[in-house]
Amino acid sequence: MINLPLLPILIPLLTAVILMFFPKRIKAQRFISLTAIGATIVASIVLAAEVKANGIQTLNLGSWPAPYGITLVSDMLSVLLVLTSSILTFFVVWYAMIYMDDKYESFFFYIGVMFLLVGINGAFTTGDIFNLFVFFEVFLISSYLLIVLGGKKAQLRESIKYVLINVISSALFVTAVAYLYAVVGSLNMADISQRISELGNSGIITVIAIFFLLVFGLKGAIVPLYFWLPGSYSAPPIPVLALFGALLTKVGVYSILRTYTLFFTQDTGYTHEILGVLALLSIVVGVIGAVAYREVKTIIIYNIVVAVGVILYGVAAMTPASLEGAVFYLLHDMVIKAALFLLVGIMIAIAGSSHLKDMGGMIRDYPRIGWTYFVAALALAGIPPLSGFIGKLLIVQGGFEAGDIVGPLLVLISSLLVLYSAMKIFMNGFWGTPKAYHGAKAKLANRLWVPAAALVLIAIFYGVGTEAIRPFITMAVEPLIDPAIYIEAVLKE
Amino acid sequence: MEILMSIVIGVLFTSAVYLILSKSLLRVIIGTGLLSHGAHLLILTMSGLKTGAAPVLKDGVTSYTDPLPQALVLTAIVISFGVTAFFLVLAYRAYQDLGTDNMEEMKGNESND
Repeated sequence: MINLPLLPILIPLLTAVILMFFPKRIKAQRFISLTAIGATIVASIVLAAEVKANGIQTLNLGSWPAPYGITLVSDMLSVLLVLTSSILTFFVVWYAMIYMDDKYESFFFYIGVMFLLVGINGAFTTGDIFNLFVFFEVFLISSYLLIVLGGKKAQLRESIKYVLINVISSALFVTAVAYLYAVVGSLNMADISQRISELGNSGIITVIAIFFLLVFGLKGAIVPLYFWLPGSYSAPPIPVLALFGALLTKVGVYSILRTYTLFFTQDTGYTHEILGVLALLSIVVGVIGAVAYREVKTIIIYNIVVAVGVILYGVAAMTPASLEGAVFYLLHDMVIKAALFLLVGIMIAIAGSSHLKDMGGMIRDYPRIGWTYFVAALALAGIPPLSGFIGKLLIVQGGFEAGDIVGPLLVLISSLLVLYSAMKIFMNGFWGTPKAYHGAKAKLANRLWVPAAALVLIAIFYGVGTEAIRPFITMAVEPLIDPAIYIEAVLKE
Repeated sequence: MEILMSIVIGVLFTSAVYLILSKSLLRVIIGTGLLSHGAHLLILTMSGLKTGAAPVLKDGVTSYTDPLPQALVLTAIVISFGVTAFFLVLAYRAYQDLGTDNMEEMKGNESND
């Protein structure tokens, strides 16, 4: 099917439009959203099989030939990310159905999630730099809705900052695209890559590379630009936080991964060096935050910064092994972050507070939740055979191959501290003296456990089944190592 | 003409930065509006301002305007218009609930909840 790359974008879009007509019919909203996300997952799986069998799939919208129109490009990397995002959204929406109050759900919640999925899947699929900006705006505007929905004072206060940061970074994105267009005169990513390599080593391209790093770094929360993240992400309710933490920052990371392997490969000594240093700083700062705080949400939020650093360090090292590790780790981190946020959400639902001092001894009443969290925490730190291990191993190996010693060591040390920060929640929350809980939603805990446990199962499968998944990842990495594959697939006549 | 446009864009960006750094929420929003306008003008300018012919490609036509930047600017304007409208409503609601439009008093800590 030639329109296959469009389906993961089109299905949620049409569903969102349909859902808008009856926002108050909550049961119908729930059923239709889950069905639609299920259909998106099926479409992504079919697309993945198609890409595996026949190579990169492209679709020229409106039949304008490649460098002139907007092209959707589904290579293995984007398909895997689309598939992972859709699966995550499925379980998070399932969780949200149980967790949220009916009143909350009736204010366009599912419609917001659908448009968020449209934007994310679109950003992963598009092969046009300006279209990437448009899809960024689609999911950002949905995220503005989701972050402020509920209208608590803290939410209003934090969402103003969140909106402000994103409006500024969008303006910078437009500026960066303008500069790029002025230099190369094209918007198609494959065409840009080709023209930049014809241009040779040019100073202005390096400037644009740093500009893009600034823009995507703001979205992806790398170190000097992560300051908005802990405040903004602690405001919305848990299911929304899980979606944001698992998906939104990863789109920024994906964009850096894409542009820094496709466009800016001329002066890697300068651009990738800066990226590498910032990535390592992200690891350090993220770890400090994760270890320092005793609030369960904030601990996991700082772990996002660590993960972004680890992935981008893999990108900066630019060896085949480290890129493969980065892709492995990217997918792993999306799954495990969503799972952890959902599990921590159950703890908050039980305790009625997100501070560790109000928790303790939960394992007595909720053993299943405790042990699921334990496995998820091990997976987060990358204990073999769970999912984080292979990605980290390859990144460290790639770092050593690139002749770096400090970077791989920092990644390894950070794993220990990440494990400590996650275990801190386990030891203080699940062990110790049981406390009196005041959570209004405690009776939902066992029902909330099901979608969270399903995500942990996926993480276990991703780790244990590495051998089965590796061919897909290798295929995803090929165009990153050799942009010619990507260019040829898009610009073929 | 390009020089003049560059100066205008520079002035817009400068004023935008000044306004965004101020305390009053309304000024901040006006600042973001100016910032997007600067970015939009930048797109038009960076692709080269040509005078005269319409963007129609025919045999024998040598000077024509690049239509792509105009399409881009149109998209970007629509997006920034929508976001600004949302931002204004959000600011009004926040002003009602928090009782202040001073960014200084919206810092995230317990006493401001």
